[in-house]
Amino acid sequence: MTAALRQLAVCYRLQLRALSTSWFDGPLAIFFPLMFATAALLVYRIHGDEAAMQYAGLGAAVMGMWTCQGVVASSLLQRERWAGTLELVVVAPVSLARVLIPMTSAMATIGIYCVVVTVLWERWVFDLPLQVESWPWFVVSLLMAAATLSLFGYFLSVTVVRYRSSWSLGAALEYPGWLLCGFLVPVDLLPDWLHPLSWAIPTTWAMAAVREAAAGTSPVRDLGVCLVIGVAYAVLAAWLGRRLLESARRHATLALT
Amino acid sequence: MTSLRIFFVGGLMSYRAMFNWLSPWILIPSMVVSPICQVLLFAYIGRSAGVGSDAFYVIGNALNYAAIPCLFAMGATIQGERDGHTLGVVLTSPARRLPLFLGRALPVVVNGWGVAMVGVLAGTLLLGVRIPGSAWPGLLVVVVAASASCTGLGLAMGALALRVRESAVLGNVLFCLLLVFSGVNVARADLPPWMGHVGGWLPLSHAIEAARGVAAGSGLGDVSGLLVRELGVGAIYTAAGLLLLSYFEDESRRRATLERT
Repeated sequence: MTAALRQLAVCYRLQLRALSTSWFDGPLAIFFPLMFATAALLVYRIHGDEAAMQYAGLGAAVMGMWTCQGVVASSLLQRERWAGTLELVVVAPVSLARVLIPMTSAMATIGIYCVVVTVLWERWVFDLPLQVESWPWFVVSLLMAAATLSLFGYFLSVTVVRYRSSWSLGAALEYPGWLLCGFLVPVDLLPDWLHPLSWAIPTTWAMAAVREAAAGTSPVRDLGVCLVIGVAYAVLAAWLGRRLLESARRHATLALT
Repeated sequence: MTSLRIFFVGGLMSYRAMFNWLSPWILIPSMVVSPICQVLLFAYIGRSAGVGSDAFYVIGNALNYAAIPCLFAMGATIQGERDGHTLGVVLTSPARRLPLFLGRALPVVVNGWGVAMVGVLAGTLLLGVRIPGSAWPGLLVVVVAASASCTGLGLAMGALALRVRESAVLGNVLFCLLLVFSGVNVARADLPPWMGHVGGWLPLSHAIEAARGVAAGSGLGDVSGLLVRELGVGAIYTAAGLLLLSYFEDESRRRATLERT
């Protein structure tokens, strides 16, 4: 048990250090959604509607978490492959999940930085202090968003491992995620056929929980659904990861570039 | 004649060799899916906020996305030489620098134009925006001007790529600045005055305004002033890019930093 926790902590710490020293994965992952949040808030500010600004401000604060996960997680195994370390990851005497989940958790931590920076940015640049009725539930909802996003990132990383240009797929997921998760646009405003897609993403429920916490109502139901969906992605990813690895070993395609 | 050959043939070869987004597995998500999704994202934000029309966001965001190939492809066609360890060969060749680097810009302008038009076409179809048939020829011309001026900024960024290691980060930062300052989602008149003023010195601002005018029924003559200003801004960045390239080339010879990565 202690050894397992130590392995998870070492993996997490190393990945967080690697991400923090990369201009692309660190500062840019915060700057990019921050600028999109700024563009969206400039649109919302035109009518000067306080309630609408609060709505957009909350969503804008959380949307960076999606960016930090989507792009990097999609290319996670591809990066290991380019660095020549994928074989080491695969032959490690622990399951792939125990290597990848700490990595995606480190990305989710960058996402938390992004939330803090955006909240401060909104306060200083837009004079928009976020009104949150229940700070404990707000923090729990954010942590749940981070935790389930790391499980979703784990799912993404193994799903696109056979796609050589997986980073471009990850980048293409950025805008749909921002739209589907209800960060800046209510899900109800989207076409009906898109609603099931929105509901299938744990972050949609985490965002709903964040809004419930801000409004002072109970986010327990949304948090529960978010957790169940996040765990379902992790189970699916564990199964897919095993299948893909077996296939890669059988066909000698692990080092495919 | 040699300069013309370098401009057209050399430019196309460099673009094909260096710009690895030519692979359909990268091109489709990056150049087709993403611009459409950006258009939809801001059109829905506009609907949710009750600000602007769908046409406003379709034009603004489609033209804004032209910046992605214009910035990144120009950066790649210069930085790619360094990554491939062929920059020294290029810079020791007796080819004139003007056709050598401007030739690389021509395919990029076409690429940027194509990406912007994908965004405009898909946006109009998906959101049910109606742009009069008579406006399309003018719109095509305005998008060429936008793409050309943005490629000028890309050339300046490409020159900086001789010195800055993280050109992908630089490209993303410039793209974001264009998104916020160029009147993409909020008309420059509605931005804080200092932001509107800054936007006037960036590519895309005048072209987006012109494109919105043309889509609303104005003739090309009515927006000619805006087009001239857009091309003027692009020319300034192009000149700055060529000067920077010359400066960094000289300095890298003097300090032996050409291959430093």
